[in-house]
Amino acid sequence: MGKYIVKRVLSMIPLLFVVSVIVFMFIHLIPGDPARQIAGVDATIGEIDNIRRQLGLDRPLVEQYVTWITGIFHGDFGISYSNNMTVAELLIPRFPITIYLTICSITWSALIGIAIGVIASINRGKTLDLVGMVIAIAGISLPNFWLGLQLMQIFAVDLRLLPTGGVNTWQGYILPSVSMGAGIMAILARVTRSSMIENLNKDYIRTARAKGLPEPRVIMRHAFKNSAIDIITVTALQIGALIAGSVVVESVFSIPGMGRLLVDSIGFRDYEVVQALILFFSVEYMVINLLADVLYGIINPRVRYE
Amino acid sequence: MSETTTSQTASAEALPKAQNPAKQFIKKFTQRKSAVAGLAFIIFILIIAVIGPSITPYNPNAYDYNALLAGPSPQHIWGTDEFGRDVFSRILAGAQLSLGTALTASVIGTAAGVVLGLIAGFFGGIVDSFIMRVCDVMFAFPGILLAIAIVAIIGPGITNVMIGVAVFTVPSFARIIRGAVLEVKSELYVEVAQSIGCSRLRTMFVHVFPGTLQALIVNFSMNVGGAILSASSLSFLGFGASVTQAEWGAILSQGRNYLATAPHLVFFPGLVIFLTVLAFNLFGDGLRDTLDPKLN
Amino acid sequence: MSDTLLEVKGLATEFKHGKKNWISAVSDVSFEVRPGEIVGLVGESGCGKSVTSLSVMRLHRKDTTRISGDIIFEGKHLLELSDRDMQAIRGNEISMIFQEPMSALDPIMRIGDQLAEALTLHTDLSKKEVHERSVEVLRQVGIPEPEMTLRNYPHELSGGMCQRVMIAMAMSCEPRLLIADEPTTALDVTIQAQILALMEKIRRENNTGILLITHDLGVVAETCSRVIVMYAGHVVEEAPVDELFKHPQHPYTQGLIASVPRLGERLRRLPSIPGSVPDLAAMPDGCRFAPRCRYAQERCRCNDPVLHEVSPDHTSACLLSEQEREEVAHA
Repeated sequence: MGKYIVKRVLSMIPLLFVVSVIVFMFIHLIPGDPARQIAGVDATIGEIDNIRRQLGLDRPLVEQYVTWITGIFHGDFGISYSNNMTVAELLIPRFPITIYLTICSITWSALIGIAIGVIASINRGKTLDLVGMVIAIAGISLPNFWLGLQLMQIFAVDLRLLPTGGVNTWQGYILPSVSMGAGIMAILARVTRSSMIENLNKDYIRTARAKGLPEPRVIMRHAFKNSAIDIITVTALQIGALIAGSVVVESVFSIPGMGRLLVDSIGFRDYEVVQALILFFSVEYMVINLLADVLYGIINPRVRYE
Repeated sequence: MSETTTSQTASAEALPKAQNPAKQFIKKFTQRKSAVAGLAFIIFILIIAVIGPSITPYNPNAYDYNALLAGPSPQHIWGTDEFGRDVFSRILAGAQLSLGTALTASVIGTAAGVVLGLIAGFFGGIVDSFIMRVCDVMFAFPGILLAIAIVAIIGPGITNVMIGVAVFTVPSFARIIRGAVLEVKSELYVEVAQSIGCSRLRTMFVHVFPGTLQALIVNFSMNVGGAILSASSLSFLGFGASVTQAEWGAILSQGRNYLATAPHLVFFPGLVIFLTVLAFNLFGDGLRDTLDPKLN
Repeated sequence: MSDTLLEVKGLATEFKHGKKNWISAVSDVSFEVRPGEIVGLVGESGCGKSVTSLSVMRLHRKDTTRISGDIIFEGKHLLELSDRDMQAIRGNEISMIFQEPMSALDPIMRIGDQLAEALTLHTDLSKKEVHERSVEVLRQVGIPEPEMTLRNYPHELSGGMCQRVMIAMAMSCEPRLLIADEPTTALDVTIQAQILALMEKIRRENNTGILLITHDLGVVAETCSRVIVMYAGHVVEEAPVDELFKHPQHPYTQGLIASVPRLGERLRRLPSIPGSVPDLAAMPDGCRFAPRCRYAQERCRCNDPVLHEVSPDHTSACLLSEQEREEVAHA
């Protein structure tokens, strides 16, 4: 098992490298002169040159990359022009907020989504199944920003039960987490259901029943455990949508997290911040995928020994 | 001899009656009421997209300073926005732009993905590894983040949103089609085609590609729904259509500033986006279940 | 009654077909299994053997299956038991093994855990005793390194080994009755012989009654003492194994036996029974075998045959007598 994890971690390194190169190239892909773009229309030539030198844009690309990536390993992500702060200073208070929001969203959506899927599968064709699947298809079709705004309208504006935005209290996380997790909850419900239906027809389920195991045990210990493999695979694939959802949801609820910062920074053309954030989201995505892979290996013995 | 066999024998018995596969498909598809409803809504909204601008009750861009932020009323069934523009008219007129963006992005992204997937799956080897690694890298940018990054580079605007959404559609289709190609490639008829000396290109397009169509059609219809969501999300974030354009995401984005006083500005465009995406998803579900009953 | 382990009387199993229709998979099936006896249940695929065995175990889906008749196991009417009481019998007093040993084991659970499940459920053994018992049964079924096998996953074992594990699992609680549904069909010939020998050993040592379901008459000849032949959801013939092979009465049985190659005979084209088992939803009237039967007469197509004794212990459901069939053959 240890070997499997090490292998997975090592296999991430080349991808990380390529992604970092692409994110680095980002600033060079901007049409026109990035220094001029950053400086704005009223800048003098001297100011533009200054920025160019500061960014190191006058040096060879490889050298620039090495400088940039070394800086990152030392916690130096550059400078935010719109805030007059280092990017690191800007990110540190925002980081836990986004991570916490993501964890809340994944947790509730996984629990509810899987529960809906399991219940629907064992009541296949009955009312509970239908209700579960209606919730699921609605969930994947809902625009998360609209869901967020409607929830805000009902629970914050009309009922005044929860704050309209911000995360000064834990209540502030409720509506954003619900909006952010709805989609993945729905997907998990559908995947769980179809995987459970498939697995419940497998021969080993008949064996388990022939052993005299009570039905709940047959369902949870045999069918569900096998379905967990599919569930993890799909969750890992869909987690990207969830992470990207934080960009939208943080904007809806005015949450001072990484996602909102990304939107604002693109607006301000604060490219070093954008660069750092895109790198952050990709790495977050890769780390979650790695965790999913490890979990997959723990559950599925056939993968572990390959 | 358990139920699986009984159902097999039962369907085997039904087979001779249906002569035409297309007829059989239509019969099976129409049994799924939700899918038919989805299809009906898609057709309806496509018609709106075509004739929408000419049937609007008001000029969608006409200001009316006597009816600013008015709620739904007999005159303005979905209310008016902060400039007094009729929301219903703007949504009708905006169908073209909103659907057009998503559909075009889907078609372009899918086509590119299909070509890459066909090449990767069919030729295998280095070509395959290269294409798949590129897809891996694209997948490393989660969800619409790739589209956001692209828009950040090339600047905001509806065309750029379309490009962004198209690009992030490519890798998933490349993967799906590659998987389908690998499956089809092992089928006997493809081996036969190769053994009787069909050229590789001919084998690929005449024999392999049709085998992947099923996966393609199902995923495409699901993808359009996703593309509508992505494009409207980008517009909502202010990266897409400009304020003056009647695009669903943009209308909603404008309206959020008046959530407390004029909630209809958010409610109606969002509802239309939701229903349209729902229709594509229901239709896609129905297609998948009809084409591949073992999945249900 | 004391010498009967399992008695099936007038069993009929129907499956839901469409929204309202039910189609009959087996009907009027009656037979017995005595302790320490191996009874063969033979017939082509689709003739209702597995449906019958799964009905005995009550393993059909409840919402789509209707079972009637009597299934009496050691005096208990199984069809009348609560789900809970039935669970206490399954895997404990009646066990079952299946055709595909590889897929019949849970792919992501260690063999040891799968073995332990039934033991912990049906006995009061401690964890340590469960382990010891697991090792013991694995050894009994001829697994060389039981301790190691317990830690394996199914995909790490061969098909033959998996079937041994299945048998060990079925035998772990010392059931009175073992139902083996095509236990050797998916295995190599040499492994087949080993598995059959193992079942014979279990019968001898534990006095277990075994219902062996197979389409392979060779397997029947080797292991069974009595044979029940099923065709299209009905029992068509029942006899002790020697009697059946020497004097098969039903034309279907005759056809089955004739299609088995025999050692010492000159190579010839093996006769096969023309046609195939009729569809459940479209059963012919009268004798269900009539459309494929070379002796079939007009009355075969309109009268329902019943099992009747042709000689002591030997019943057949052919409407024609032996003499009548001979006349047809010569005509």
